[in-house]
Amino acid sequence: MYIEIENAGKAFFQNGREFTAFTDVSLSIEKGEFICLLGPSGCGKSTLLNAMAGFAPVTSGSIKIDGKEVKEPSVKNVTIFQNYGLLPWRTVQKNVELGLESQKIPKDERRKIADKYIEMVGLSDFKKSHPRQLSGGMQQRVSIARALAVNPDIIFMDEPFGALDAITRMKLQDDILSISRKEKKTIILVTHDIEEAVFLADRIVIMTANPGKIKNILTVPLRSHRERTAGDFLQVRDKVFELFNMKHEENIEYII
Amino acid sequence: MKKLLSIKNIIISLLLLLGVWQFIYTLTDFSDALFPSPLQAFGALAEMVSNGILFTHIGASMYRFAVGYVSSVIIAVLLGLVLGRLPKVFQYINPAVQLLRPISPMAWMPFIVLWFGIGNIPAIVIIFISAFFPVLLSTVSAVNSIDPIYMKVSKSFGIKQPQIMWKVIFPAVFPQIANSIHLALGTAWVFLVAGEMTGTQSGLGYLVIDARNNLRADILFADIIVIGLIGLILDSLLKTAEKQILKAWGGAD
Repeated sequence: MYIEIENAGKAFFQNGREFTAFTDVSLSIEKGEFICLLGPSGCGKSTLLNAMAGFAPVTSGSIKIDGKEVKEPSVKNVTIFQNYGLLPWRTVQKNVELGLESQKIPKDERRKIADKYIEMVGLSDFKKSHPRQLSGGMQQRVSIARALAVNPDIIFMDEPFGALDAITRMKLQDDILSISRKEKKTIILVTHDIEEAVFLADRIVIMTANPGKIKNILTVPLRSHRERTAGDFLQVRDKVFELFNMKHEENIEYII
Repeated sequence: MKKLLSIKNIIISLLLLLGVWQFIYTLTDFSDALFPSPLQAFGALAEMVSNGILFTHIGASMYRFAVGYVSSVIIAVLLGLVLGRLPKVFQYINPAVQLLRPISPMAWMPFIVLWFGIGNIPAIVIIFISAFFPVLLSTVSAVNSIDPIYMKVSKSFGIKQPQIMWKVIFPAVFPQIANSIHLALGTAWVFLVAGEMTGTQSGLGYLVIDARNNLRADILFADIIVIGLIGLILDSLLKTAEKQILKAWGGAD
């Protein structure tokens, strides 16, 4: 297995009280898989992603990537954030080149690589623009290009489309799906949007809150070409809805 | 159009000031040696321009100002960037800074003259001190409040120190620091004149004392006008530079 999470847990101390973000999480991810961590806020999905990305390691259990325990961020993996994390003083071109600079890649080559990925996300006309001149969707495209430019093994995405309007979001979902097929990256995406997870994921990891843990792992039986309005798509979506509603039905039983 | 309008505003405002000055001059009956008219002051100004004295003094002042202000800003920003990243260390430095900050730089003047003698250095040191603390403190607080996402992005892309400092942290906090650098310019200019009133034999501040000793109120007023004008010009130059830099920063709102 490529990513191996075993009995992982994360606890914080806040104002002297212990607070559990998630506990007892076990999950194996294969190379090239598209995984969505889906759940309501407070289920620890972002914290789990941060732990996998090495920003805040787990406090119990272990997370291993390629056999190595995750302790700090690795240049092999890149994270895409909800608020893009672009450097506003750099142009689109220079933003995309950012990760290449620390890899000591010569200037000409950097330019070429950046050009390729800027074109892939459809922003060739905006190379010289600054992030603030772009819409939210375009800014997130820049950060996707920036992530792809360093040719990472894994791309972590923390609610990447959460700040975008519905139509832009769907457009970007289309793009990320086709890019993920083309580039064959392992992608771990955190979301609270059920449709987004069904549309993108090979497997959906469904998480619940208090304390955060995995409730279910659902393999999405859809092929790489997905239609949001197709019958099989809606079926999978229904199943996810059902999984989230199960707790509700249990409660009803108790009342009776 | 906007620029033209602001030039018009400046001219009207300055004429108004001259009008008030002339009005007070005509209204009161101070002797000309105590309170000169605008015309007399401009006469003295023309005299100093024609014999070149004015430019010698301006040159001396500008040299001290440039050295004191620029070195102060550079050192304060560099120190602020480092201390901003070391909050645990800064905890122990901050109280001392807060103690030193409210002391007028002029209070150090006797020591400065005793230690460095008379010449350029006392005025340079005074300017240095006057610009130093505001820039230092605003840099530290800007670095402290930097958006954590910049650090996450840097880590994610394997950017290490010292690159993080000059590639990410400095540009990220620059717009905030720029404002305090701008404010410090005004403070430093105020203290240049004060610093030159003791410990020097040249400069616009020295000219104040010299004019007083020679009972030349007209020269004193001419000097005051020049001090004000240069302050105004320096401020607007920096304002323009600030705008240009912020524009290049992509922050053209």
